Amino acid sequence: MITLYQRRRLYNGALLSVAMLATVFGLFWLAWLLITLFSQGVSWITPTTFTQITPPPGSAGGLANAIVGSILLTLGGVAVGAPIGILAGTYLAEFGRDRGIAVTVRFVNDILLSAPSIIMGVFIYAAVVVTTGHFSGWAGMLALALIVIPVVVRTTEDMMRLVPDALREAAAALGAPQWKVVISVVYRAARTGILTGVLLSVARISGETAPLLFTALNNQFWNTDLGKPIANLPVVIFQFAMSPYEDWHNLAWAGALIITLSVLLLNIFARIVLRERQPGT
Amino acid sequence: MVKGGQWGDKLPQPALSRLDHVALFLMTLAIRPSIFTPPSAKKSLPDRLFRAGTGFMAFLVFMSVLAILVSLWMGAWPALHKFGFRFLTGTDWNPVTSEFGALVAIYGTLVSTAVAMFIAVPLSFGIALFITELSPRWLKRPVGTAIELLAAIPSIIYGMWGLFVFAPLFADHVQPWVTDHFAGVPLLGALFDGPPMGIGMFTAGLILAIMITPFITAVMRDVFDLVPAVLKESAYGLGATTAEVVLKVVLPYTKIGVIGGIMLGLGRALGETMAVTFVIGNAHHLHVSLFEPGTTISATLANEFTEAVGPIYTSSLMALGLILFLITFIVLALAQLLILHTSRPRLSTA
Repeated sequence: MITLYQRRRLYNGALLSVAMLATVFGLFWLAWLLITLFSQGVSWITPTTFTQITPPPGSAGGLANAIVGSILLTLGGVAVGAPIGILAGTYLAEFGRDRGIAVTVRFVNDILLSAPSIIMGVFIYAAVVVTTGHFSGWAGMLALALIVIPVVVRTTEDMMRLVPDALREAAAALGAPQWKVVISVVYRAARTGILTGVLLSVARISGETAPLLFTALNNQFWNTDLGKPIANLPVVIFQFAMSPYEDWHNLAWAGALIITLSVLLLNIFARIVLRERQPGT
Repeated sequence: MVKGGQWGDKLPQPALSRLDHVALFLMTLAIRPSIFTPPSAKKSLPDRLFRAGTGFMAFLVFMSVLAILVSLWMGAWPALHKFGFRFLTGTDWNPVTSEFGALVAIYGTLVSTAVAMFIAVPLSFGIALFITELSPRWLKRPVGTAIELLAAIPSIIYGMWGLFVFAPLFADHVQPWVTDHFAGVPLLGALFDGPPMGIGMFTAGLILAIMITPFITAVMRDVFDLVPAVLKESAYGLGATTAEVVLKVVLPYTKIGVIGGIMLGLGRALGETMAVTFVIGNAHHLHVSLFEPGTTISATLANEFTEAVGPIYTSSLMALGLILFLITFIVLALAQLLILHTSRPRLSTA
């Protein structure tokens, strides 16, 4: 005969074990993914991976053009998106605050943050590729910038809001105009946090494939001209992995490992930077 | 008889004392402090420029959503005009005859997302519960970070891994067993019927589940942490077990935020593209079985957009994009409203 007390104990134990199992299950996938990536990718990363361009099936080659293309697109996307994001975030934190318009922008921004990235690709296709008549690196860059903006707006605003108002008031009391307060006091205090946001946005877009599929397209040759279709790691991985050729698969694994490593390192780095900045959060 | 004015005469005249004047002045100042601002301290030109510049960028963020909507609508118009309502209900997707209906893709999107939610919600709840209530202090951060890193891994990596590693294992060891054992069971038998190919709706849903778990977990953790300690302590003080505290105190207190987090995951799952494209099989057929290949809106876009020939084909794909954007917009808007209702969630930028 089970008493009420025993039943409650049992029930408690069951729920807690399930919670523990769920956590182990979640971590198990992460471990499995990373282990596969390493075991499959490591042996295919050789010096030629970084020096030769993407080969036709059946011959040797590397990913040099895709790596350079990815770096160009990512840097370009951040260069366009980050300033817009930082300024918009500044407006929300310093001027908009709880005004209706700021609340609306914040709301829309949070939706953009989670909106499907392939939609950005379709949008840029309609707005840029159709208008200019051809696929180009610029289009890919803009699609990536659209993904950077909401990330940076959000982090910038959050970080600037952490700066106590007393600091702003102190600067204003000394006679500093508001723009000066923002630039020399608030930006300075929130500098690391804003940078972290930019870093996280780099991590986010360096693996993005969907928005590049029909904007930057791909290019099997060496190209650094953003006016033309440009090779980039995610799309090359997609193409190679979906192909029937064994040696293309191997290059895809190498590319996948390179991307994942850089994204994870960027993420961890950003976290460490942020943590040192704000102990206890 | 009462003469006009008589009453007014009898009322005490509100003669303002000096003190009243001071009070009035202070009240005015409280309402409108700027009356005290000397003209020289009014907003200078650089100030106004700075404000206008940042304001314009914020406005740009707002406008981008409108721009996306308008351009998708314009791109989708030829197809919507040609097919009308049939576009939503048609199951044909035939580039050769230029006959396009979105139902198969919409169905695939909803089913794969449903599978994902079915797995991800309990999983996220378990993880959030572990991190907030069970884990020793030193373990909280590593486990939390590891789960968040799941969100940082690019979608295409999940896809590749799903196609080359998970699908073959699943096809060889799990699918035949499941198909055999559920064969006679009504409903479940139909759901898990079909050739063991590894890829299909179920695999897509499972991988989606792993991808959205970190987002749901993050929101759940945040709202669980909002529960006042006093509330939990009083329940413990009455002799409640951890399970009872979580289910009867924490969950009721945070339910709106929890639902918001689930909606956030839902929005993510609906629009996830690359991982699904790899493992769903890309077949424009309606199947009840989860082991059969299908397609989703995003996978169709990723696969066919660059190959689309002819205005109606491209336009139909745009229309798919429009449908996807509208669905995710509504879901994410609801999620935001629900989460805002409890608190502003911590950043989930990955």
